Amino acid sequence: MSNENYTPHFDENEMKMVQYHISKYPKPMAAVMPVLWMIQDKYGWISVDSMRYVGELLNLPPDHVLGVATFYTMYFKKPMGKFHLQVCTNVSCMLCGGYKIFDHICNKFGIKNKEITSDGMFSIEEVECLGSCGTAPMLQVNNREFYENLTTESVDALLSKLSNS
Amino acid sequence: MEKIILRDIPDLDNIDVYVANGGYSSLKKVIAEMTPDQVIDEVKKSGLRGRGGACFSTGMKWSFMPKGNEKPKFLCCNGDESEPGSFKDREIFEKNPHQFIEGALIAAYAMGIGAVYTYIRGEYWKWFNIMEKSVADAYKKGFIGKNLFGSNFSVEMYNHMGAGAYICGEETSLMNSLEGKRGYPRVKPPFPAVSGMWGNPTTINNIETLANVPAIINKGGEWFSKIGDPRQPGTLLFGVSGDVNKPGVYELPTGIPLMELINDHCGGVKDGKEIKMVIPGGSSMPPLTREECLIAKMDNESLKEVGSMIGTAGVIVMAEGTDVVDVIRRVTKFYYHESCGQCTPCREGCGWMLKVLNRIMDGSGRKSDLDLLISVAENIEGNTICALGDAAAWPVKHAVRKFRKDFEAKIKDDTPLPVLNKVHGLRESDEYDTITFQSEQEVVEGLIGTVQELSQNEDVKRFSS
Ligand SMILES: Cc1cc2nc3c(=O)[nH]c(=O)nc-3n(C[C@H](O)[C@H](O)[C@H](O)COP(=O)(O)O)c2cc1C
Ligand code: SF4
Ligand code: FES
Repeated sequence: MSNENYTPHFDENEMKMVQYHISKYPKPMAAVMPVLWMIQDKYGWISVDSMRYVGELLNLPPDHVLGVATFYTMYFKKPMGKFHLQVCTNVSCMLCGGYKIFDHICNKFGIKNKEITSDGMFSIEEVECLGSCGTAPMLQVNNREFYENLTTESVDALLSKLSNS
Repeated sequence: MEKIILRDIPDLDNIDVYVANGGYSSLKKVIAEMTPDQVIDEVKKSGLRGRGGACFSTGMKWSFMPKGNEKPKFLCCNGDESEPGSFKDREIFEKNPHQFIEGALIAAYAMGIGAVYTYIRGEYWKWFNIMEKSVADAYKKGFIGKNLFGSNFSVEMYNHMGAGAYICGEETSLMNSLEGKRGYPRVKPPFPAVSGMWGNPTTINNIETLANVPAIINKGGEWFSKIGDPRQPGTLLFGVSGDVNKPGVYELPTGIPLMELINDHCGGVKDGKEIKMVIPGGSSMPPLTREECLIAKMDNESLKEVGSMIGTAGVIVMAEGTDVVDVIRRVTKFYYHESCGQCTPCREGCGWMLKVLNRIMDGSGRKSDLDLLISVAENIEGNTICALGDAAAWPVKHAVRKFRKDFEAKIKDDTPLPVLNKVHGLRESDEYDTITFQSEQEVVEGLIGTVQELSQNEDVKRFSS
């Protein structure tokens, strides 16, 4: 599971990265999305404390950062499982069995949408089209890798691979 | 047919391979030999139209940008690609990123733009990294940066990663998102060419649109204008998905008959079935019936003749046996989820349509629900800040009209009784459970006191008079 509690802090190298992001835009406010991504990549999710922290770094009121962090669904506002499974059920996936995959995982772990398994290993989320409609059904893990052309068997294989990693 | 974008050259994503195949020669050419106006004229001559959905003339759009350099100007390349059924820009990032970069740089030159931002959806983490590398490679080779090829034209290029919001594909929302705000669409006018990012003139173009530009410069606008249907010339990257044997992205001339695309290129409908419905251009576009599919040609003007549009050329094929109502329900759920919530008709209307569709699906629909759906859809359409409202309304409205029998088949009982009101209600957060009469009553009762209190409040009185 991602860190339950943490004190947000960037080290020297990370601060350079923050400066780089700021330098890309005419105004520092524009760096808020990339810097929120940095927080999430480091700690797994974005706490209210880190929204304050990002606000201090970019000289923004904390409520602005809160507004941004809550607008975008890929910023997690609570800890997720070690492996967050994002299953697409939009039309093309639905036609090719996306709901079957989604239900299969839910049943396997006994969890519902946006819930985490008790050991903190997996969480699941029903997501909208991820641009893999031609290789549907598909899922994404931790906002990163795409797994495509899924069958219940290949999902099982993936899940056991992840469990053992 | 020779492909313009997804060219059959191995490792074209590698900058050296791209350069060896004539890459960045168009950029060199425009800077050395052409004035910005000549570039815009060439693009106008090509007849290129935007591939992001609205099909607007690219040359025309570029000519709206003010001349001169009093203010900084920006180009945003729209790689948000979140329309369900669309997966073509991803293919460009993966297979031919430099052709897109070159096109963006030519566009920057033509409009006197000093900074280019490519907005890539957050889910495309892998393709974002490809773009980071490609842009860095182009910097290293001197194709991006100060005084390109010894001229006085300088340009910077950056990638910006979204974080999961379909609405950020809408151009004004995209600009807000890039500025570090919530992705709320802006009211137009002012148009981006007048006041865009940070209040400066801005142009927004789709990735595929820009990827066409180097070829137009190299081979001439006239050459391009002769490919495909003259009203929307060139090729399109058709992303075909759903019930076909070989789904995928196919680059083909515009105007190709839909059935040729499905049968000759995509291996036909799965299990040899008949077509039930096709969404021709991404989920917002009005769906086609089987009869319409037989005559439909895949360009914007031809599709208009059968009551739809090309959109992003994301073709979703549904075979006989598909539950049309369930598909439309799922599409509506998407728009409900993605509505930014600024406009009441969109925010509430999408929820109402979803609830009506849900109750039809769970067997408690009424015949009158079908007219209700059309009525709600028509009240969203045209009454909102951005086109997401229309995008949500069209599939519902047209599906109910074209597939009315399928909807009616799900309506079992039609006693004209007042139905339990499952439509009106407060917006729910994540799950779309219907609000029961009980709880709605409680909510309303709870509110009555507040409303009365409020009406005693001096401030409220002042504002309401
Ligand atoms: C709700 C909504 C979502 C959109 N999503 C995208 C998108 O993901 N990608 C895109 O290129 N255009 C999208 N558009 C269209 C853009 O607003 C804009 O018209 C387009 O990027 C302009 O580029 P073009 O002229 O090259 O087509 C969307 C429009 C709306 C209303
Ligand atoms: S139409 Fe919908 S998505 Fe567009 S601005 Fe209004 S509420 Fe937001
Ligand atoms: S519908 Fe699932 S990836 Fe597009």
